[in-house]
Amino acid sequence: MSLAPADPAPARRPFAIDPLVVAFLALVALVFGMPWLKPVFAALFPGQERPLFEQDSFWSLTLAHIGLVAISSAAATLVGVAGGIFVTRRSGREFRPLLETVVAMGQTFPPVAVLAVAVPLLGFGPAPALIALALYGLLPITEATVAGIESVPASVREAARGIGMTKRGILFGVELPLAAPVVLSGVRTSVIINIGTAAIASTVGAKTLGLPIIVGLSGFNTAYVLQGALVVALLAIVTDLAFDRLGRHLGSWKG
Amino acid sequence: MRSASEPAGEVEGDQGEAEPRLNRVRLLLVAIGLIGAVALDFLSRSPNRLLSGQPVPWGVIIEGGRIVAFAPAVVILVGIFMPGRRGLHLAVALAAAILAASLLWLAGDAALRLFDPAAPAARTSFGGAFWILEAATVLIAADAMQRLGLSPAARLAAGLALTLPTLAVLFLGGADSLSILKEYANRREVFAEAVLRHIQIVGATLVPTLLIGIPLGIAAFRSARLRGPLFAVLNVIQTIPSIALFGLLIAPLSGLVAIAPALGALGISGIGATPAIIALTLYSLLPIARSTAAGLEQVPVSAVDAATGMGMTRGQIFRSVQAPLALPVLLAGLRVTVVQAVGMTAVAALIGAGGLGAIIFQGLAASALDLVLLGVVPLVALAVAADVLLKLAISMMRRNAA
Repeated sequence: MSLAPADPAPARRPFAIDPLVVAFLALVALVFGMPWLKPVFAALFPGQERPLFEQDSFWSLTLAHIGLVAISSAAATLVGVAGGIFVTRRSGREFRPLLETVVAMGQTFPPVAVLAVAVPLLGFGPAPALIALALYGLLPITEATVAGIESVPASVREAARGIGMTKRGILFGVELPLAAPVVLSGVRTSVIINIGTAAIASTVGAKTLGLPIIVGLSGFNTAYVLQGALVVALLAIVTDLAFDRLGRHLGSWKG
Repeated sequence: MRSASEPAGEVEGDQGEAEPRLNRVRLLLVAIGLIGAVALDFLSRSPNRLLSGQPVPWGVIIEGGRIVAFAPAVVILVGIFMPGRRGLHLAVALAAAILAASLLWLAGDAALRLFDPAAPAARTSFGGAFWILEAATVLIAADAMQRLGLSPAARLAAGLALTLPTLAVLFLGGADSLSILKEYANRREVFAEAVLRHIQIVGATLVPTLLIGIPLGIAAFRSARLRGPLFAVLNVIQTIPSIALFGLLIAPLSGLVAIAPALGALGISGIGATPAIIALTLYSLLPIARSTAAGLEQVPVSAVDAATGMGMTRGQIFRSVQAPLALPVLLAGLRVTVVQAVGMTAVAALIGAGGLGAIIFQGLAASALDLVLLGVVPLVALAVAADVLLKLAISMMRRNAA
């Protein structure tokens, strides 16, 4: 489930064919321009009486989707990074094997299963989706934080101690900045999984970009399925490319 | 992963680490279990499978001396304050395994006693406290096993042995009165079919995945020019949410069948197993191709040189040197692929592919938790089984190679 590391040495491309810019513009055009595509879908699916999903605007669905993913991922990042820091400290080291067991178990637990169990336990709507996404998102972030801090060379830590830095100073001034690219890759994995799982949350009444897909599937309206799938796929691709860019930025800044 | 600079312990074999006087991991897990047991319900009882239930009081569950079921907890409690000995870790692991089975028996027994012939539709279901206690118990056992420092194969065997008490309770019918097993009894055939279908889809995915993914990985290993664009494209596919990819395949596939009806006769259509297998194959190409390339890259140059020196041809070198040495890394990629495919196949139920996802989504639509669980529990079990089997294969292969 881990995503590929950033490709090394990006070639400088002219601005116009930057894939991130192209994908982002395509996403914006699709989200706002969907009503104008109605004739296109009508021509593609001549049998459909209503070729365009109009129950909600794609803008409001996208906003709801991003909100769900953003809130759950922010919570997961906060708790995951704190947990990762804790088990790499002397006082928390004892809990490291427990954490590794939980992470290993979590990796075999399908994201759909997390959502499926959370919903009946917590009721329908966005709240259970939020909790399920945050819980599932915790794992890659915690794992990446531990791996990132672990990858800081002992000599660097020693040097920081040698020049008289406090423990807190070493953590925030040395360990976390050096671990940042690895932590970011964990956040990236978590967010991308969450974008996909959030779409499935529409099977249980959360308003997300999965809604046109679900409604289309249950009503045999392939046009709806296509509309929802295109937007959610583009959203995931844009997000992944943005993380890729951010990761390169962090990596080059590190030198 | 453990750093080698740890101070040596007093007891040989105890991971070489001095154990503190208090096992704080066990303490934390016991505290979580206790809080869960007090704050949430162990069981709930509802008039039928769709209505939400009323909590069953602890007094009913442990009525008439049944509190004895918690006896193994004493060993775990002792294990908090007397850590450090191998024998004690073993005892704690065993006690936790027995406690896990006891909890299931307690639930099943209470459900049986609560059964009322006048209300045959009434259901007794697990509550939050049951799940938290079970999870804490499993983690206590895992932690104790880890402290024993066993080899991977021995750990696997011991892990399987520890599930025996729980399996015994299940197969002896100790839990038959619980709602989830009633759901199972009601749809035994549908369930078996769903499990089979799920395995079939995952298995069918592996054929094209290996046939396409391995050659792609070999090509990427041989050509640096191909590697970048290939992995960039596969990575973009991996990014697309599963439900979107399944959805995106419906239109082109139904279009294809409309143009060439002969394809429809072959069983190809926009919904069902075909788009599921195509989408799952697309997802699986990245881990397989990447691990094939990575496996070939980590073959030592010296080994290839030695084979060349012995006069082997390029094909012979590939078959008898590079491929066997790359195999453990490829299997690691296969493990990621299979575990991921088991989970994503559940989503494929939304496009009519069947499998365990069909049971899950049926349960979600009816908001029947026990039906959802009937799909989720075997889904997780399948993923874990695939994970464990492939891990074992990898560790055995690594040992042979070493």
